[in-house]
Amino acid sequence: MEMAVEKPAKTPAKRSKGKLSGAAARSFAKHWQLYLIVTPPLLFFFIFKYYPMLNAVLAFKDYNVIKGIWGSPWVGTKNFKLFFDNPIFWDLIKNTVYLSGYLLLAGFPIPILLALMLNEVRSNRFKRVVQLVTFAPYFISTVVMVSIIMLFLAPRLGFVNVIMNHFGLDSINFLGEPGMFRSIYVWSDIWQTAGYSAVIYLAALAGIDPTLYEAAKVDGASRFQKIWHVDIPGILPTIVIVLILNVGNIMAIGFEKVYLLQNPLNLGNSEIISTYVYSIGLLNANYSFATAVGLFNSVINLVLLVLVNGLAKRLTNNSLW
Amino acid sequence: MTTTTMNRKIRESAGDRTLMFVIYAILTLVLIAVIYPLIYILSSSISSPAAVTSGKVWLWPVDISFKGFKTLFETPTIMRGYGNSLFYTAAGTFISVALTVMLAYPLSRKTFFGRSPIMMIITFTMIFSGGLIPTYMVVKSLHLIDTRWALLIPNAIWVWQVIIARSFFQSSIPDELIEASEIDGCSDLRFMGSVVIPLSKPILAVLVLMYAVGQWNAYFDALIYLKTAKLFPLQLVLRSIIIQNNSTGIMDAMKQVERQQLAELLKYALIVVATLPILIIYPFVQRFFVQGMLVGSVKG
Repeated sequence: MEMAVEKPAKTPAKRSKGKLSGAAARSFAKHWQLYLIVTPPLLFFFIFKYYPMLNAVLAFKDYNVIKGIWGSPWVGTKNFKLFFDNPIFWDLIKNTVYLSGYLLLAGFPIPILLALMLNEVRSNRFKRVVQLVTFAPYFISTVVMVSIIMLFLAPRLGFVNVIMNHFGLDSINFLGEPGMFRSIYVWSDIWQTAGYSAVIYLAALAGIDPTLYEAAKVDGASRFQKIWHVDIPGILPTIVIVLILNVGNIMAIGFEKVYLLQNPLNLGNSEIISTYVYSIGLLNANYSFATAVGLFNSVINLVLLVLVNGLAKRLTNNSLW
Repeated sequence: MTTTTMNRKIRESAGDRTLMFVIYAILTLVLIAVIYPLIYILSSSISSPAAVTSGKVWLWPVDISFKGFKTLFETPTIMRGYGNSLFYTAAGTFISVALTVMLAYPLSRKTFFGRSPIMMIITFTMIFSGGLIPTYMVVKSLHLIDTRWALLIPNAIWVWQVIIARSFFQSSIPDELIEASEIDGCSDLRFMGSVVIPLSKPILAVLVLMYAVGQWNAYFDALIYLKTAKLFPLQLVLRSIIIQNNSTGIMDAMKQVERQQLAELLKYALIVVATLPILIIYPFVQRFFVQGMLVGSVKG
């Protein structure tokens, strides 16, 4: 029985539009078990990813607990206007962009440099040890990472201040200084992820055609020239892709670590869009307004990603889609 | 002629040697910068409370004592958090891996009608989302708030993992095998259970490890969805003790100074206890993570 159904299914490699529904029916008949198992995960996406997108109409409504999302009255763009007119708007944009901009400028080149240097190391053992050790902090949770930062930078007993006192310097309450917040965030992030991020470049370096190195050797290229003329061009497509992802995500900088590093003293620099959405939405229960702020952020992200991707496609022929 | 080549060779290798020296020096510094804080924390956690608070610990433990760990293991909130985290990690990983394979395997089959629209539907969620509040409302309307399910279901599937698993199935399950099984009249599910899964151990290891680490380290969902302290995973307990500096209930009857010293020590011990399970297995499983990253990047 099954044989009869599946024989024709294999043949139509290129189907015309008229045959499309026939192909669908055949696939259903043949693979009904697969359609069965694919249903729960698909439901997951509809319920937890797509239904919230519908719920985002909340941004254009005045949420009323009793009437629910769909019964609440429409208010047009009131929530967006409220947000744009709020003096905190520009602070949030500034804090978000500065923080991710800093992270991008400092955090993007370091893994590339790390990979290029590791690639030169001839001793396999040393290379393995450096890789193993620098990769490890990636597995530390955000909570533990922030705990470590707080312990090390504590005003009185913190390791850094103890050293500073040793040299006769006064203690600094690092986390209470708004001006220090971004550096603390960015450099701890680099400490944690540089080794992990280098892996992708190391793989790209390993994939470079060996004949290019032989040619460089014949031409008498020095190590540095080899890095400059063979290694870097070889990993450029990877660099571009990672750069697109990073620039596209510039407004999407994570909530988790910023929120934990926040305190009343550094809030002037550490309140970003996502932490603001959390505090206004979940702590103050201002659902509609928080949804509007979140939606604004999501749309900006999407637009940025599409723009950057298009630009990269035009300039370098490397793109995500 | 020969002398000039010789000269050039020597000159170049001198330049090369300088470069190599600089590279080794920088990498050694990087190595120290990464490993030092880790050793410092480990040493502090097994030093005496007084040594930690007076800044006597530099590299190795001072007056070795396991008082910090002892107190941890005697504190019910911490032990409960540990137990909860173990549960969330085991259950969550199981659910996540099952759902991911259920989605990725059909999508890897060329004769599965609708695979590209489905792929687009799920990848779109990587670049756009309804946002925090709308998602919260969904979880709330399903009555999952303040239940254990809230940490297991709403983020069960990561798109990235689906992409990785799908490309693995595509590249490592030969078409001939599928055709042969079809001729033998083997059903899709049986083929999956007796051929695909046994052939996919490497990718299953990648999925299990990535989901498990993610679940063990997560705190955000717990922060927004849970209210009852009894359900808190370890990360949330940690946050309350270390970041919010809330150590009441841990050390009741103790002198002020002693309590303060112990509170500091406890923080180090907690960090070690929360991170050690991962760092211990890490050297053995690192290659799976690298594999996972690279399989994904080919496609992504």
